[in-house]
Amino acid sequence: MTPYERSRIMLRFADLVEKHSEELAALETWNNGKPHEQSAKSELPMFIRLFHYYAGWADKIHGLTVPADGPHHVQTLHEPIGVAGQIIPWNFPLIMFAWKVGPALACGNTIVLKTAEQTPLTALYVAKLFHEAGLPPGVLNVVSGYGPTAGAALASHMDVDKVAFTGSTDTGKIVLELAAKSNLKPVTLELGGKSPFIICEDADVDKAVELAHFALFFNQGQCCCAGSRTFVHERVYDEFIEKAKARALRRVVGDPFRKGVEQGPQIDTEQFEKVLRYIRAGIESNATLECGGDRLGTKGYFVQPTVFSNVMDDMLIAKDEIFGPVQSILKFKDIDEVIRRANNTRYGLAAGVFTKSVETANTLTRALRAGTVWVNCFDVFDAAIPFGGYKMSGIGREKGIYSLHNYLQVKAVVTPLKNPAWL
Amino acid sequence: MASEYNGSSKASESVFKIPPIKFTKLFINGKFVDSVSGKTFEAIDPRTGEAITRVSEGDKEDIDLAVKAARQAFDHGPWPRMSGSERGMIMMKFADLIEKNVEELAALDAINGGKLFSHCKAMDIPGAARNLRYYAGAADKIHGTVLKLSKGFQGYTLREPIGVVGSIIPWNFPAIMFFMKAGPALAAGCSMVVKPAEQTPLSALYYAYLAKLAGLPDGVLNVVNGFGETAGAAISSHMDIDKVTFTGSTEVGRKIMAAAAASNLKPVSLELGGKSPLLIFEDADIDQAVNIAFNAIFYNKGEICVASSRVYVQEGIYQTFVKKLVEKANAWVIGDPFDPRVNQGPQTDKKQFEKILSYIEHGKREGATLLTGGKRLGSKGFYIEPAIFTDVKEDMTIAKEEIFGPVMSLMKFKTMEEAIKRANNTTYGLAAGVITKNLNVANTVSRSIRAGIIWLNCYTAFDVDCPYGGYKMSGFGREFGLDALNQYLQIKSIVTPIHDSPWH
Repeated sequence: MTPYERSRIMLRFADLVEKHSEELAALETWNNGKPHEQSAKSELPMFIRLFHYYAGWADKIHGLTVPADGPHHVQTLHEPIGVAGQIIPWNFPLIMFAWKVGPALACGNTIVLKTAEQTPLTALYVAKLFHEAGLPPGVLNVVSGYGPTAGAALASHMDVDKVAFTGSTDTGKIVLELAAKSNLKPVTLELGGKSPFIICEDADVDKAVELAHFALFFNQGQCCCAGSRTFVHERVYDEFIEKAKARALRRVVGDPFRKGVEQGPQIDTEQFEKVLRYIRAGIESNATLECGGDRLGTKGYFVQPTVFSNVMDDMLIAKDEIFGPVQSILKFKDIDEVIRRANNTRYGLAAGVFTKSVETANTLTRALRAGTVWVNCFDVFDAAIPFGGYKMSGIGREKGIYSLHNYLQVKAVVTPLKNPAWL
Repeated sequence: MASEYNGSSKASESVFKIPPIKFTKLFINGKFVDSVSGKTFEAIDPRTGEAITRVSEGDKEDIDLAVKAARQAFDHGPWPRMSGSERGMIMMKFADLIEKNVEELAALDAINGGKLFSHCKAMDIPGAARNLRYYAGAADKIHGTVLKLSKGFQGYTLREPIGVVGSIIPWNFPAIMFFMKAGPALAAGCSMVVKPAEQTPLSALYYAYLAKLAGLPDGVLNVVNGFGETAGAAISSHMDIDKVTFTGSTEVGRKIMAAAAASNLKPVSLELGGKSPLLIFEDADIDQAVNIAFNAIFYNKGEICVASSRVYVQEGIYQTFVKKLVEKANAWVIGDPFDPRVNQGPQTDKKQFEKILSYIEHGKREGATLLTGGKRLGSKGFYIEPAIFTDVKEDMTIAKEEIFGPVMSLMKFKTMEEAIKRANNTTYGLAAGVITKNLNVANTVSRSIRAGIIWLNCYTAFDVDCPYGGYKMSGFGREFGLDALNQYLQIKSIVTPIHDSPWH
């Protein structure tokens, strides 16, 4: 198939998704618990945008002609890598599908995708739409199942040429190991994080509070890049705490299908109980519980928006990824100190910087060892922006031009030249 | 002798009912308007030489109005302020509308340009849509560079739209030419003033209408029909146009570049003429070579800048090659471009038609042998039989000057080195073709010929992803491909000091 035809199929698919977006948004919210407004107004459009973006790459996958020393004609062909195994999580089922399937298809590969066992539904729905859009059978295969069975089978399959995984760091290690032990398939990993959000002394406190709140609580706190360590400069610390607490108390938790609800339930029992355990650990470690601290109601997996202040670096809630609506606020004095502390983690997924100063922004953005640094914003996720982790937050980048590398092999083709007119 | 099928008396037998002409005025700031002077000129049907309709004729005043609208749209309007992806969406819709109206658009090029209706419908118009989609998909992928500076600085480049673009396009491929420039210019966020060729003023107006329907904001795309010396010159010397892009003859290209220099030093890109050589080696599959060579010059009635008007055949296969070539020429059907049996329509206008015939006479007078064709067909319209000259010498006019018609000059060569030398012996450098099975010959020849596109074992193989443009007096700047975007972007470097960076 010509690359143009591939792009047409992907565009047709995007149109079909748009047609069915109401149903898909409802399905996404029902299975995941995220507010319906988020699914409908933000994630479905983002999904469609991602496929438009990748369709536009399909006919622009370029190699290079290389200036080798000596009389040789050298070109690099960027070929599809083959069969891509893709394992996606439950926190953004549709978006995660798009991040993986988009580039893989644009580069001409075929896919076996395993959804998270918690959220198997929307991927199956859109797979059918792909078929309607003209994607040939066998190109995109979706298998619902569990990690230790289906996921492991994919990661250790001798005939899968590449595996891409998004999920916890622990599972990521297993995927990498299985890939190594089987056929050495290249692996990209998007794992956990404990991302610092640094609020400097020149911050507009109201704006900072709102942004920090969003950075942590968005999607029920279930974001790999959640700003889960909120570092606040001592000069604005007290005001910040007061306002952060007030904001959390105002957070509307409830049925995600109801208008105005900002926070739905956590995804499942396991996550729900883990979050509550961390909250208890936070209380026991003598952090100050500003608000929240327990479940909400008696049914489902609703957790009160919880804020801890006076958090110390060595507390469990400051070190472990909680993946829930638990904000930890820490105090700092100066830039060098906060850089050291922000970087003092095995993770390195993202970071946020809130300042008016060009100098501070420049210094912090370069010093923070993280794959994304958001300055005066957070969770800006356009399709063109690469995303991924330093250190144990992952390997490789998704989105943007960078994602294409994950699904291409490079073949150098070398031919001698006789009496070339120039070298 | 090529097959005769004179279109004039058979115009009524056209298989396709030609729809009435919908758009004849100038398109400025989102509206169809008369020219300031009220003047109009004829759009001619080259099948008969008669007028199809009259269209508004724009001059300097109209260009001024169009530039004003384009300037407003660029400096204050939404287009450059939209994200690349939003621009891309509108351009995709535009492409969809083009496809929806393919038949009418194809008919316009056939009736106004003498182009084969079936080709326009299958290739030219879908090609235009394809082109637009390519750049729509590129609009959100215009990256700059973050630099590796020394001495404690950090920096990056931004690629910004250049501004108001003047686009002056020719008559041989009205659809493709329109979008060759509009595709990347619009994707980059620029606004445009397009001056179509006076010979083919119709389809551009239709495209403008569809653009507005697709959601392109007013003033972003303006179309002013008119003549080179008036409207065209007004564009190249305009003080408020930021860039001019031109495809046409080398002679006019010079004028445009001079005017750009004399006015505001606007950057210029030029796609000019050619006298492109096709080198056929002895190891070639002769039938394949004949096919390639024939289409390389006679496609689109020879009215194509990359036409391989000089064909060099290695002596070992020369006789067989010529014999098969003549057979093919004799089977070639010339006539009404709406007739699906026809291979070649009329030349586009009277001036071209007369020029071609005079070159053919000249060739005969210079002593070349006219093997076949070369005569006018019928008494109405501008039909010419495909002409093949042999015994052509390098210094003959027909071997040196661009004829832009169905006239092939056939020559013999002995060695590869000789062929390369003769191929390069021209002030032009647009394209070249090489037919051989041998890897070394292919590599050596392709690297030795000074031309912007080299076709190996094929010809006229264009793709929107493949950069295209000339060496030497065939012009400069590349169109198609992602490189084309650079024609419509400025590069801005932004540098600031950096202190205490943990790395440099």
